[in-house]
Amino acid sequence: MADKKMILSGDGAIAYGAKACGVTLGAGYPGTPSTEILETLTSIGGAAQWSPNEKVALEVATGVSLGNGRALVTMKHVGLNVAADPLFTLTYMGVNGGLVIVSADDPGMVSSQNEQDNRNYAKFAQMPMLEPSSSQEAYDLTIRAFELSEKFKVPVLLRMTTRVCHSMGPVALWKEDEAFRPAPYKADATTKVMIPAYARRAHVRLIQVMRDLAAYNEASDLHTVLNPGSSELGILSSGVSVQHVLEAAPEASVLQLKMTWPLPMDAIRKFASGVKRFAVVEEGSRFLEENLRAAGIAVEGKEDVFECGELSVGRVKQLLAHDTTPPPAGAPGRPPALCPGCPHRKTFELLSDLKLTVLGDIGCYTLGVLPPFSAMDASECMGASIGMGLGLRRSLGDTPEARRVVSVIGDSTFLHSGLTGVVDMVYNKPATGHVVLLLDNGTTAMTGLQEHAATGYHLDKTPAVPIKLEDVCRALGVDHVDVVDPVGDNDGYRALLQERLASNDATVIIVRRPCLMQMKKMAKMANSTEVKK
Amino acid sequence: MSRDITNVLFVGIGGQGIIRASDMLTEAAFRLGFDVKKSELHGMSQRGGSVSSDVRFGKKVLSPMVPVGMTDYLVAVSEDQIEVARPYLNDATVIVRPSDLSADDAKSRMANIAMLGVLNRYLKFPADLWETLIRENFAGPVGEANVLAFRRGANLA
Ligand SMILES: Cc1ncc(C[n+]2csc(CCOP(=O)(O)OP(=O)(O)O)c2C)c(N)n1
Ligand code: SF4
Repeated sequence: MADKKMILSGDGAIAYGAKACGVTLGAGYPGTPSTEILETLTSIGGAAQWSPNEKVALEVATGVSLGNGRALVTMKHVGLNVAADPLFTLTYMGVNGGLVIVSADDPGMVSSQNEQDNRNYAKFAQMPMLEPSSSQEAYDLTIRAFELSEKFKVPVLLRMTTRVCHSMGPVALWKEDEAFRPAPYKADATTKVMIPAYARRAHVRLIQVMRDLAAYNEASDLHTVLNPGSSELGILSSGVSVQHVLEAAPEASVLQLKMTWPLPMDAIRKFASGVKRFAVVEEGSRFLEENLRAAGIAVEGKEDVFECGELSVGRVKQLLAHDTTPPPAGAPGRPPALCPGCPHRKTFELLSDLKLTVLGDIGCYTLGVLPPFSAMDASECMGASIGMGLGLRRSLGDTPEARRVVSVIGDSTFLHSGLTGVVDMVYNKPATGHVVLLLDNGTTAMTGLQEHAATGYHLDKTPAVPIKLEDVCRALGVDHVDVVDPVGDNDGYRALLQERLASNDATVIIVRRPCLMQMKKMAKMANSTEVKK
Repeated sequence: MSRDITNVLFVGIGGQGIIRASDMLTEAAFRLGFDVKKSELHGMSQRGGSVSSDVRFGKKVLSPMVPVGMTDYLVAVSEDQIEVARPYLNDATVIVRPSDLSADDAKSRMANIAMLGVLNRYLKFPADLWETLIRENFAGPVGEANVLAFRRGANLA
């Protein structure tokens, strides 16, 4: 592998970096733009798995690290909200084997429900953060992240954005694959069991570790002045913005930070004092700007519009000129729509026809909100459809309106965070009952057709024991659990839904029909294995 | 400013092979020794939405995205996406469009590869490099059919 150069996406480069470090396990939950990391890791022979959600993935990684193994955890930005509970105590516990958490942020919301800036998590949870600006840096910094994690005994946040994840560029794969074997396990409850007495000590330790990391960052090569020389304009930047800045303002000196938490304040101060005009160019929130100000460094910031959306060469020019005119727009593109023949169409035709009040969830089926269906009233985050439906029924009381409320959730989303919603439906059943439509298309379609715990396959396509959704719902005590085929028995589906809505019962209707794209993919896979034979 | 960089923008509709075609151009430029970056907007599995992909190659590429007004070549696999890309074009942008192909090729699933052929009338990368890449991307008879589509696009047939 050493000295090999190839074209890789940022996601692919992380997988190669982790593989070179001999990662014991990669765990994650799919989410654009992070999904390809574990898919690539598996394809190049690394051990990787899809967990049911990001919290479990991080907990599994914690266990790997406890056992002195190296763990990579991958997720999209909102996934870190789900994993935040273990995260905020993991930093107190510290790590044994290296533990690297990839957060793939999505400025501009190419395919996300918000554009939260997860750099803030590094500060909030207290952990070091690295930010690559290209595929090569994604590879280099993945390796560096494992080193740092083991040196300072902390989890490391590798913060990516869509443009780094999904851009491709040449990557020199300079590191030989390490034959890493975890050292023998040794328990140490005083640092790993976070009862208050131990956690208090751990917090003190963590604050010291962050000070040590700041000193390390000051003295390290993780900040570089690019284009040195010009003293008129100095720009501080990180991530892909650095590349835009170099192109938008070739006359400026640019201080690139690869480690953006804790910040190398002395190095920044020195750079700032050497230039006449000192500006920060950052995508998303004013993370650098505000922390610099708090440290007493005067800095030129940006207008509010630049907190939204992605930066680009053109927008960086505007940001620096404080020009807030909207960039030129082309004709609107074609919005995504459910594929022709998608089984979800049958559900939304029905919901729209019956004029029901639909609490939606996250997946391909969120597109039911758009014409021709226009059949969704709210969609918040994964799993929220069920809780929102129950709450809305409580608000509406025992009325005909309440009986029109349905929650619609996909199979992957159900396993991710819908189960506890069903528990609540059984435990705190509204007066009018409730109806959940569980759209089981046999895949995680939205993010590119990933396996999950109910598909019968692992990430590497080896067979798995499939969780049976109807058995789970029945075991939880749901009054009625039915399975329907929305295409084969469309009339039966309609009649059943109407009957259940009229009752005061807790109902889950499993609407089962495979995703068309998944069927095509399976057919292709079957063909190609035949060819190989 | 970046005259030593060539900017190619691919636009079309999900399912038309935009990403594949731009991946192949990226790989071709890489094998010819250029610095190259590619950046794309997609993310959803569903068919039918707009898809675009930027490929930049030259001596040294910085931003992975083609800046507004800087496109040298627009490869529009779907005619109706040209207006979506308008801000990225300039008066000198060469537009490769379905009407540059025979009616059969324009309708076929190989339109993306045939359009790479048209693009190569301008880029003039070695034809055998393209044919190698096409065969690496598509196995067996599909690969050979795509090679022929490429040659028709490139006027080599
Ligand atoms: C916390 C969180 N993790 C991941 C995602 C990314 N994501 C969006 S939808 C989805 C899964 C969709 O699968 P499913 O519910 O089965 O619906 P389908 O797309 O197959 O119709 C995922 C993983 C997200 N939005 N939020
Ligand atoms: S990818 Fe599958 S689930 Fe998504 S819209 Fe297409 S057919 Fe439907």
